[in-house]
Amino acid sequence: MKWARAAAVIFLVVLALVCLLADFLAPTSYAHQFREVPDAAPSRHHLLGTDALGRDRFTRVLYGSRVSLLLAPAAALLASLLAALIGAGAGLAGGWVERCIMAATDLFLSLPWLFLLITVRALLPLNVSPMASVTITFALLGCLGWAAAARVICADTRALCRSDFVLLARASGCDGFRLLWRHIVPNLKPIVYAQFWISIPVFILTEANLGILGLGVAEPLPSWGGLLRELESFSGLSGQPWIFVPLVLLILVVSSFHLLMENEELTA
Amino acid sequence: MRLRLASIVVLMLVAVNGMAQSGGELRFCIHSEPKTFNPVLMSDDASETVRYLTGGVLMRLNRLTQNLQPELATSWKVSDGGKTISFQLRDGLRFSDGTAFSAEDVAFTVQQLMDPNLHSPTGDEFRSGDGKVETRVLSQNRIVVTFPAPVAGLDKLFDQVAIMSAKSPQKEMAVLGPFYVAENKAGSYLILKRNPNYWKHDSSGRQLPYLDSVRLDIQQNRDLEMLRLVRGDIDFINSVDAEYFDKISTEKASVAHDAGVSLDSEFMWFNQVPTSSLPAYKKAWFTSTNFRRAISESINREDMARIAFRGHAQPGVGPISPGNKFWFNSKLQAHPFDQKSALARMAQDGFRLQNGVLRDRDGHAVEFSLITNSGNKYRERMATMIQQDLSGIGIKLNVVTLDFPSLIERMTRTFDYEACLLGLVNNDLDPSSQMNVWLSSAENHQWNPSQKTPATAWEAEIDQLMHAQASTLDQKKRKQCVDKVQEIVWQQEPFIYLVNKDALSAVSPALQNVQPVVLRPQVYWNIDQLQLTSAVAKNRQ
Repeated sequence: MKWARAAAVIFLVVLALVCLLADFLAPTSYAHQFREVPDAAPSRHHLLGTDALGRDRFTRVLYGSRVSLLLAPAAALLASLLAALIGAGAGLAGGWVERCIMAATDLFLSLPWLFLLITVRALLPLNVSPMASVTITFALLGCLGWAAAARVICADTRALCRSDFVLLARASGCDGFRLLWRHIVPNLKPIVYAQFWISIPVFILTEANLGILGLGVAEPLPSWGGLLRELESFSGLSGQPWIFVPLVLLILVVSSFHLLMENEELTA
Repeated sequence: MRLRLASIVVLMLVAVNGMAQSGGELRFCIHSEPKTFNPVLMSDDASETVRYLTGGVLMRLNRLTQNLQPELATSWKVSDGGKTISFQLRDGLRFSDGTAFSAEDVAFTVQQLMDPNLHSPTGDEFRSGDGKVETRVLSQNRIVVTFPAPVAGLDKLFDQVAIMSAKSPQKEMAVLGPFYVAENKAGSYLILKRNPNYWKHDSSGRQLPYLDSVRLDIQQNRDLEMLRLVRGDIDFINSVDAEYFDKISTEKASVAHDAGVSLDSEFMWFNQVPTSSLPAYKKAWFTSTNFRRAISESINREDMARIAFRGHAQPGVGPISPGNKFWFNSKLQAHPFDQKSALARMAQDGFRLQNGVLRDRDGHAVEFSLITNSGNKYRERMATMIQQDLSGIGIKLNVVTLDFPSLIERMTRTFDYEACLLGLVNNDLDPSSQMNVWLSSAENHQWNPSQKTPATAWEAEIDQLMHAQASTLDQKKRKQCVDKVQEIVWQQEPFIYLVNKDALSAVSPALQNVQPVVLRPQVYWNIDQLQLTSAVAKNRQ
């Protein structure tokens, strides 16, 4: 499977580079509506055709991928850091503190995510730019997505605290911050990494779900969720294979992340 | 000679086989289960479909001519300034279960309709003042109904009133319409069978309806509904959206029917509520007629109709759609796309374009948000098109899609929004049905609802005109008042009308005598005249 992982890494790196260079590669603005040619087929001017409003689909795929690929890992990082902080804190403290934190985590896990996101998003100020709106959407995902990872990290921290080498370190007079920094954090790292990799595809898919509901990234900024909305009715599917490009990209990216994640899990 | 005769017989058989004939089962989909079969309590689409197919009404609005025509009542007369209506009923009619029909049944239905304990949604339209509704049965076939206050468009409201039997043991299941409910499999389908006592006959004296039965399949998924139509499992889809319509037109042009511009409208408006939390300078923008007119002129409605609705819409003019033949003010035209004129109007209010950014006289860059409901791709497309159009005059528009409850919360309670894009589904031709929008005191006067006194002179004038048209039976005078209201709205643009969608439907060639119209129910408004081709009818015996 090494070759598959290598292929996944290469694919993700190339895609990330292409997205970063979108400003140079895109033939036009992602928002510009060529109103004379809505729903156009691929041509020299529009490599992947145009959408229902006449916007260049290739440009929108480039920028949409950039949004989803850059902000999903950022949200995953935020969620993993929160999970590490809360989970490790609870695991280290133990006793009633741990029970209270884990009860709060369970409560958080039992909340209906999608409705919570919709509600929180509805409470946000209206006059924000599309870029700010997308950042807020992913920040929300990050802030709401820590609970499951926190449970795993808490359980692992607790196990580490009871492990022989930590007992030995304590017996040798090592405690407090030094114990945490030298013995516990290094052993938690692989778990936090694994949680990070797991979260990325989850957040990409959550944004796509929000996009399909029309609650994702604000127009005219594209994202994979927004681009996937073109596939929501069967009337748009036949005879236009090029509109599947965002879906294919999403599947490839999520699969690549899963391949990398397997690697991290093995390491952990 | 024999050979010739045989050939003629064969030819006749072939011709008859190709022609439509009586019998068979009509099939189509409804999108939810009917909530009730009681005609006075119906408010959902599915129940209203059943009411239309089964209910007998005193008079029916002909969906094609948009005029009232006699049904159970042979004649009627509105008097006393719109408070009283008297009916002359047909003799010798019977409900589907055989119970005789008389004026007592009309009295019973009106009492049910106006019973405050039943909260009838249909009855609400008749409630114009406090007090009891009186019914006087003069004879078996004559009745007078008196309301406590004048009711605007009183006779047309009876199009929705299906007469119930006062004496039948089957209660509301005994009907006077072309079909009766024979089978109801909850969540799955309904079978309506031909009413053996239906009173109508065709010109050759044959009893109507032609069809034996109607099967209503409950199908929420529009894609599956479309597939079933293509496969021939169902005979029509009453209302399709522009994308589906184009798809059908491409595959089978004979199936797609565009009946022309409907009564539905899509529009946007600015929040003009004085108590809203908007900054003072934005309130000043939104309450300025020049600002609203300039925004209106900056929007390319032609493009919107052509692109967002794929050509199956027309630029919006005002509160009454051109599809409403009598009440539309034909002197009015949609505001043309003219960004130069828009900038000139803005300049009158002190706005100026600086480095591609429009600024007011205090230097504030013109930027506002437009909310609309999420999940409606046509509105989202319109909002995105407005975004590009307004950028042409230096305005930054932020499009925000919200779930419907949040949108309603902002629109009606917190007033925490700047502009909103929504649509109005209109089933009623009479402008009195829009009283709850145009009166300044009304809750649905969205740009500034529930005003104690009209905030502007033009709103006061609209109030006066709407009351005037509602309190007279003189159609000419009513039309003058309503025309004037349309002119004021066209000039002031509290609602910026964007497009009126076309009434689109898909009908199988197996269905005959179909004349899709803009009024609901678009396809089966003449249900008792519809026929299936003999081949299909035979298969569905």
